[in-house]
Formats: sequence, structure tokens, C-alpha cells
Amino acid sequence: MDKIVIENLSLNYSDGTESLKSITLNVPENSITVLFGPAGGGKSTLLRVINRLNDLADVEEVSGKVLLANKNYEYTDVLDPKLDVIALRRRVCMVFAQPIVLPLSIKDNLTYGLKLAGERNQTRLDKAVEKSLNQAALWDEVKDRLEDPAVALSGGQQQRLCLARSLAFEPEVILLDEPTSGLDPISTNKVESSLQELKNGYTIILVPHSVQQAGRVADQAAFFLQGELIEYAPANQLFTNPKDTRTEDYLVGRFG
Amino acid sequence: MPRETLDRKIRHLFDEIIVMNSMVEQATIGAIEALKKQDLKTAHQIINADQHINTKRFELENDIIVTIATQQPIMAGDLRMIASILEVVGELERMGDYAKGIARIVLLIGEQPLVKPLIDIPKMTDITISMLNRAVSAFVNQDVEVAKRIPAEDDQVDQLYQDIYHELVEIMISDPTTIDRANYLMWVSHNLERMSDRVTNICERTIYAATGRLVELSASDDEMISYT
Repeated sequence: MDKIVIENLSLNYSDGTESLKSITLNVPENSITVLFGPAGGGKSTLLRVINRLNDLADVEEVSGKVLLANKNYEYTDVLDPKLDVIALRRRVCMVFAQPIVLPLSIKDNLTYGLKLAGERNQTRLDKAVEKSLNQAALWDEVKDRLEDPAVALSGGQQQRLCLARSLAFEPEVILLDEPTSGLDPISTNKVESSLQELKNGYTIILVPHSVQQAGRVADQAAFFLQGELIEYAPANQLFTNPKDTRTEDYLVGRFG
Repeated sequence: MPRETLDRKIRHLFDEIIVMNSMVEQATIGAIEALKKQDLKTAHQIINADQHINTKRFELENDIIVTIATQQPIMAGDLRMIASILEVVGELERMGDYAKGIARIVLLIGEQPLVKPLIDIPKMTDITISMLNRAVSAFVNQDVEVAKRIPAEDDQVDQLYQDIYHELVEIMISDPTTIDRANYLMWVSHNLERMSDRVTNICERTIYAATGRLVELSASDDEMISYT
């Protein structure tokens, strides 16, 4: 079932850059969809459209449709100007390349947002902390020092903390923009492993920092080039037998 | 989940190699039984069943290519293992072709009487299949010591091949009307002899995957020629 339906989505920045050119893409639920391609292709822009982070950017014009399904497969128009953007971002959360931890304890990093959202029940907050840390494969490493400052964690742990912080909200969709670009191979492995577990309960869209990561984690992959969606196919097919020569050229390293 | 996914895929490929091994074993034993009983119906079935072995080979090759593309086993032991699996799958498929070849000979002989009782050919089959099963088991368990020992047994297969050859030549000389039928049995034993050579190739791949050493395991001279 499609969790997100994108139809003819175009986006221009006010400096005249056409960042997305009539993108049509369906994102199936409970799987990992990877958006990859050279820099400036529109991958991050597309991620930002999906949870309306582009509202904060200098966007001239957005046209087309972005629809987000709920559990009953009723679709919400994500681009509706009257939409409650805060509520949208609770359903569609984002993890960035650089982990940004709050200058608080590990535990407070996780409960801060929930408290802001009105949660006061300590038992429920504690449960959310444990559950989200487990989902992000961080619980075993930090369970004995939840009151320690989060900044004392390693880069890989901080990134998983950011993932856990998003998960604490129990979102429906997780957007990840090069989440392991600053991490060593072991931490990268841990993040990729937790994504494989998480996809059973969530819809994940990831912009990888390398083609290799795209291959490792993708269930389906979309190749973006200069604002265009060149090819979108199941990963098994796209990485072994791409249909478009531009995808092939990029994958084998002829350009990019 | 790169590491876990790759490990899972390699385990899956091992399982499938064991399935292929069993398909080849069934085809070979079935073909020799069909020869003994001159059972043309079974021979036809074995010829048709070879396409399942071929299909399995292509499925596994595709699995391996997808694994290389998505999981990038491009280093060290992972790379050697995945390259070796590709090779072993090809060897098993060719062995299936030999079994099919024997079944074809059963059809060629048809209802003409066999020129001699089958004693050494079933012996060759038993030894070859036993070598094959242990070689595949050593491969999936990455057991280098077992893999090193198996090719020596190829000497017995070669000796039986020689015995059968001489016996059949004698039969042909004494009665030239048997030449066709004797020749058919020669082909059967030749197919079995080739099969046991391919078992040696699987053993060589086991050593390569586990140690990185490319060796030629020669049965007749008691030495191992190393190329790396």
C-alpha cells in the first residue's frame, strides 16, 4: 500500500533554480525507499517537501500533489496551506546528517518533545524512553547513564539518539538525510541495522551518503539527476540492471 | 543491515547449494539405476528434470549478482566466498549435465542387451557421489582439512575408469558387433570420471574461500600445487 503519493511535483527556488521537475513517485509503506544521485539533484528538497520543512526556505513556487495516507488509507494533502504543519511533522519526522542533540541529559533529549506535546505521565515517558532507545539500537549502551549529558555520547550514539528522539513521537514516516555521513563503519552498520528493524513498523525514506549504502538498505530506489526523477525501481532490479543509461553511468562511476 | 544481510544471504546460498547437490545426486543415481534396469521411462524423467538444475543455477547466479550489487562483498573473505559460490554453482550444474548425458545413453542403448554386467560403474557412482556430498558439505562448513583429503579418492575413480576401459576394449576386439554398445558404456564411465574431477574443483574452491590460496589438488601425485 502506498503511504505517500507524489504526483507531478515541481518546485522552484526564488533564485530561479528549478529544483524538482514534475516528480511522480509512490512510496510504499513498511519499506525503505532510497533517493540517490549526484548533489543538486533534488533529493533533499523532496525530503523537505514531504514534511514541509521547505516552508522555511526561499521557495518561489510549489505545484503538484503530495498525499500522506493514515492507517485507514485516507489521504491528507501535505501541501495544503491550512494544514497543521506541527501535527504533520509529528507524523513525518526527519533525521539530519549532523546529529543535533539538545544540551540536556540523554533521557531529557527524548522526553523534551513529548513534554512539550503535553505528556506528563512519568511512567509513559519512561516507557517511551526505553522503547525508542531500543528501536534505535542504543538502549544497551546508555541504559545505565540516562542522566548523563547527551553531548558526551559518541557521534554514532548521538545520531542514534536523534533517531530515537524522532521515534519517541511514534511517527508514521521517518525521513533521513544522509544519516550516517559522519559515522564510522561500525556505527553506520548499527544505524542501518536498526533501519531494517524499523521498516516493519514505519515507512522510511532515506537519502544515502553513498551509492553503496543505497544498495545495502534500499527496498526500492529512485535516481535523481538535476531535479528529474530518472528511474524508480525495486532495488534488486535497479542496482543490477538499470533501464536508463544515465542511471547505469552514475552507478558505475562514469559521472557524478 | 549490511553485515547481517550479507551473512544471511550467504547462508541462504549455502542452503541452495545443498539443494542443488541433492538434485545432482538424485539425477546421477537415478540415471545409473535406469541404466541397470534399462528403464527408458526413468531416463526420460531424468533428462527432463535437468532443466530444474539449470533453472536453479540461473536463480542462484542472479541471487549472487544481486548480492554483489547491493551488499558489496568486495573485500577479503567475503569476496572470495561469493566468487567461490558462483564457481561451485556452475560445477554442480555441469555435473547435472553429466547425469543427463548418462540418461541419454540409456535411451541410445534402448532394449539392446548390455555387453557386460554392471559392477564397476555402480562402484564409480558410489564413490563419486560420496565424494560430492562430502565436498559440498566441506564447502558450506568451510572445512579445509576435509576438502584437502577428498581429491585423493579420485584415484580410485580413475582406476575403475581404466579397468572399465580395458575390459570394454577387450569385449570390442573379441566381438566387433558389440562396438556400439560397449562404446555407450565407455561414455557412461567417462561422464562419471569427469564428475569426480569436478568434485576436486569444489574442494579447491573451499580452500580458496577459506584461506585465499589458489591450489590445484592433484589426486595422482601426492602434492598440492599452489598458485598463490
